[in-house]
Amino acid sequence: MTNRTVVTRRTWRQALRRDWQLYSLAVLPLLFFLVFRYLPMIGNVIAFRRFEPGGSLFGEEWVGLRYVEMFLSDPTFWQVFRNTLWIGALTLVFCFPIPIVLALLLNEVRTRALKRFVQSVSYLPHFLSVVIVAGITLQMLSTDGPVNHVLTRLGHEPVRFIQEPEWFRAIYVGSEVWQTAGWGTILYLAALTTIDDDLYEAARIDGANRWRQIWHVTLPGIRPTMITLLILNTGTFLAVGFEKILLLYNPLTYPTADVISTYLYRTGVESNSFSYAAAIGLFEAVIGLVLITTANQLSRRTVGTSLW
Amino acid sequence: MVRPSRSYRVFQGVNAVVLTLVVIVTLYPFVNIIARSFSGERHIRAGEVTLWPKGFDLTTYDIVFHDAMFWRNYGNTVYYTVVSTAIAMVLTTCYAYVLSKKRLKGRGLLVGIAVFTMFFTGGLIPNYVLITSLGLKNTVWALALPNAISVFNLLVMKAFFENLPSELEEAAQIDGLSTYGILARIVLPLSKAVVATMVLFYSVSFWNSWFGAFLYLDRTELMPVTVYLRNLIAGATGGGNAGAGTEQLSQVAANIQAVTIVLTSLPILCVYPFVQRYFVSGVMLGAVKG
Repeated sequence: MTNRTVVTRRTWRQALRRDWQLYSLAVLPLLFFLVFRYLPMIGNVIAFRRFEPGGSLFGEEWVGLRYVEMFLSDPTFWQVFRNTLWIGALTLVFCFPIPIVLALLLNEVRTRALKRFVQSVSYLPHFLSVVIVAGITLQMLSTDGPVNHVLTRLGHEPVRFIQEPEWFRAIYVGSEVWQTAGWGTILYLAALTTIDDDLYEAARIDGANRWRQIWHVTLPGIRPTMITLLILNTGTFLAVGFEKILLLYNPLTYPTADVISTYLYRTGVESNSFSYAAAIGLFEAVIGLVLITTANQLSRRTVGTSLW
Repeated sequence: MVRPSRSYRVFQGVNAVVLTLVVIVTLYPFVNIIARSFSGERHIRAGEVTLWPKGFDLTTYDIVFHDAMFWRNYGNTVYYTVVSTAIAMVLTTCYAYVLSKKRLKGRGLLVGIAVFTMFFTGGLIPNYVLITSLGLKNTVWALALPNAISVFNLLVMKAFFENLPSELEEAAQIDGLSTYGILARIVLPLSKAVVATMVLFYSVSFWNSWFGAFLYLDRTELMPVTVYLRNLIAGATGGGNAGAGTEQLSQVAANIQAVTIVLTSLPILCVYPFVQRYFVSGVMLGAVKG
């Protein structure tokens, strides 16, 4: 408080004169954010304007909510909306808890070398391109792949997994778990190392066995991490693995595999209906923003952890 | 130390079994793909290949090795990765350094500009329209520029810079070094660890990416190898036009797919054991500080 008169806030003119070299380093990055991040946000106005390829970035004339009404009355949109909810929900149900369980199991391993080995192996799929993961998935499930090999050994007919709509969700979620489960443990393992050993000591003195220790010490210890990741997962709920679906699906599996983002890719980029697709994309982004804000608020009120 | 109880030892046994299963389930697909890539086509079609190549056969490797387009695309991947990573490193380092200066007026705003883009983005269509209107289609810039700063990487780097001792920079300033000089001659030499981590993060993500190239590059000779692979996959699964002829064709394609998958993931698999711990520590740093 006493220093207040001494450290008066500098005016912009003084700050610029003193730090102009620092500010100059920020010019190119700011240009990047402006052009490649904020301009596309504004570019979303083409959802309300008629856009013509080769014309202005922001469309030609106002058409109001025409494109929004168009997709709301489009039966395909509602089908892909349902598919998105399904795949998003299944991904959340499986991909969120599995890393937690895996991290708890890894944490109980007392042999360091073994723990290291399991971790290294389970991280590996995360480092591969989604194209490779999709390729491996399709090879595993092809009619001559190992899965069908086992099925025929057991006396089943081979299943054409890739062409059956009823299999798509299982395939997608399965490959997602395979690719992300190991890497997902990393933040939990980091959180686990910060738990104070004295807490375990105290719990043991109070007569808590291993299970009780996990329940009363370990889980509360990683709760902030769990909540943070849950909020983030909820926020990206609708933005389900677009690239992977694009690689795994085909017209035969559209009934269950086609999601909002793949549909808008096909209508926008392949059929050149830019304004229509932009309207769908904006709808998706706004729902995502609403979801993440709601989840954040809810968690702040109920458990006191939030992203902001 | 209390002796472990009987039930805890049972748990340890079960745990070991579960984790072994995790390892097997994770590794098996790789082993199978490698076995397939070396197997005779007839044995693959019969579904006989599991852990070990059946009817050892290098014909498919020979076919892929003699495919000029494959090597062309492989070279493209290397080129795109190097250019994109270089641009990303320059922009990320500059901005992270600026953000790490706590005394800077307007710093909060500069951080906010970056962080907001983590939660709201323009979306596919406006981005596509933008890249097209800027005339970046069919150039490396369409891949490099839109991904020049990853906000996550930016925050990791900023956290690292903030932890450097400020006395060194002050001393350099008194000795007459400019801001650029301090960054180049004092800060960067002290930051080799984080710079190396960031180069790794960026280069792996550019090496693995495919969708940008798929969207913005039209000619096959410009494609990276990931798109080469995706076209093989799409050729094998695309559409429902089943028939004896296409069935046979897709079997051959399956063999080529296996070889391409092995060759494309090879660089990552080779460097993975050496770089893994850097990634891990980088993510931890980002998680704790971000």
